[in-house]
Amino acid sequence: MESLKSPPPPIRRLPLEDPAPAREAAPAPARSGGAPTAPGGFTAARRSIGAPQFSIRRMEVDDVTISYGPKQAVKGVSLPIRQGEVLSLIGPSGCGKTTLLRSLNRLTELTSSAKLEGRILLDEVDIRLIEPTLLRRRVTMVFQQPNPFPMSVFDNIAYVLREQGSRRQRKKTLEPAVHSALERAGLFEEVKDNLDHPALKLSGGQQQRLCIARALAAQPEVLLLDEPCSALDPQSTQVIEDLIVKLRDDVAVVIVTHNLQQAYRIADHVAFMYLGDLVEYNSATTLFGSPREKRTQEYVSGAFG
Amino acid sequence: MESSVQMPAPPPAPKPPVAGKQPTGAVEGSATWRLSDRIGLAICWALGLLFCAIAVAIVVYLLIQGLSYLKPSMLVTPAASGFSQGESGGFSDALIGTMIVAVMGLALALPAGIAIAVWLVEYGRPAALARITESTIEAIAGIPSIVLALFGTVIFSDVLLGFLSRSSEGVVFGRSFFAASAMLSLVALPLIVASTREGLNSIPRHVREASYAVGKTKAATTRRILIPTSRPQIATGAMLGLGRIIGDTAIILVLLGATQNFAPVEGAPFPLNYLRGAGTTLTNFVYEASPTGNLNQPQKAYAAAFVLLLLVLALNAAVDVVHRRARKVGTWSH
Repeated sequence: MESLKSPPPPIRRLPLEDPAPAREAAPAPARSGGAPTAPGGFTAARRSIGAPQFSIRRMEVDDVTISYGPKQAVKGVSLPIRQGEVLSLIGPSGCGKTTLLRSLNRLTELTSSAKLEGRILLDEVDIRLIEPTLLRRRVTMVFQQPNPFPMSVFDNIAYVLREQGSRRQRKKTLEPAVHSALERAGLFEEVKDNLDHPALKLSGGQQQRLCIARALAAQPEVLLLDEPCSALDPQSTQVIEDLIVKLRDDVAVVIVTHNLQQAYRIADHVAFMYLGDLVEYNSATTLFGSPREKRTQEYVSGAFG
Repeated sequence: MESSVQMPAPPPAPKPPVAGKQPTGAVEGSATWRLSDRIGLAICWALGLLFCAIAVAIVVYLLIQGLSYLKPSMLVTPAASGFSQGESGGFSDALIGTMIVAVMGLALALPAGIAIAVWLVEYGRPAALARITESTIEAIAGIPSIVLALFGTVIFSDVLLGFLSRSSEGVVFGRSFFAASAMLSLVALPLIVASTREGLNSIPRHVREASYAVGKTKAATTRRILIPTSRPQIATGAMLGLGRIIGDTAIILVLLGATQNFAPVEGAPFPLNYLRGAGTTLTNFVYEASPTGNLNQPQKAYAAAFVLLLLVLALNAAVDVVHRRARKVGTWSH
């Protein structure tokens, strides 16, 4: 019954209430320099997670430049990636965040023109010295579009567990590992009676959690997520965000997101990229509360208007 | 509904197009169209209906003719030389011959077609070579089968390929089930390549990457994800190719020998003696039994044509089943 000229509802402002305000008291990570004085109502969408219990450095991005022909997509970026916390890469479209993410398990190499300078270390070893298929089992990835394989739920996970080119292993021997992967992704209870159903018949959110389960089945050290919720509804997004936070103790999580609220909700550290440059890397509270750089300030406040 | 309530009063402004949807309202009625457009639409309708009528006429006519002339005994009796239709037997050899060329032709074309399509879609480097391969396949698709047949006689009459057909005193006959099936597989190949490519191309890139991203090689991805996912399209291509193989006459006439019975090669072990020998298929039988052919038994031609039609219709039905089953598995959201 609204007039045609009425503005669309503000979709970005999800009034997320903090289920546990008591956790607010948790001390901000030590690295965050300034006091978290958040402008623009940022405290309203307060992070629902506590500070990380620990953090172990798993990957190290060291002065990495990635170019496609003459065009530089990522320019001299250095970052630590730690287990025990969630790292979020934010920035406007085309800022190189997805390229950077894809370079972490050498998926950029599928584009023949891509060239990487600098070093990326996984547990102190240059990833270019690791055989790509082995690297990609240690650094797995979940994509923007839910993309389960067109087979049963069970087979989607079993596909990852089977050795390269081996004959079909017996279902029984793979069962425990399949179940545990589904449990870690919080999907087991929902699909345990329907493991033989086609995976593409699950709902979008379930499909995406299946993709996370699939990525976890390889027992990775680092989990890369490329805008995993952008194709999902708010409820599914919430479920996946909770899952990501739960996973950070077992794997280092790197998530690319367009949704600043999401980054604010789940990330411990945030890297803001702009036109290939890493503008600011900081704890989420600092980056959103009192960013060091002016461009960060503009981006963070602009997007929230 | 919602917007009309508070519409500004003076001009009835045109409805704004709904986001993400074509404004379909304007195209629904053709009453306001120009005359030429309306005539064009009428022609589309008329031709579509005409086509249906032709198809129905063929099927009904063959159904009536076939059912009135077809006797079960014809399916199990080989053709025999005789002056009257009663003495000349049936076409069991032709029916079996059709099945032999169908199986052998497909057995050659299917793996080759899948392999070519996989190479073209998943590798295709260097690009120039891929382009050449593509146009070669298109060329083969365009070559009339009688030309392929002629080429086949040259190839299979070669002394080196004598083991594929009958040969005596250094002269190779060059006509056999092997020779015919090999050339027929070329007729089916382009169809299989095309539909397999279609299947592979319909798989989004991120699905391949999802497989690489859990440490799978390109080979494993192709074998376990890409080819199984393309199975419906591969099956469609196989069925279409099979239809072409079953329906081809020129290659059979030239490369299977002018005979209405199996002519096995003496001295060869069991299946080989038949496969190296000459034979016939239903299409060849229909041709020979038609008023144009040597047998001139139009009634049997109708009976055999009816059986041929049934085979082809069964293949079409199978394609439909495969597609319906594929829809049940679901697909990615874009």
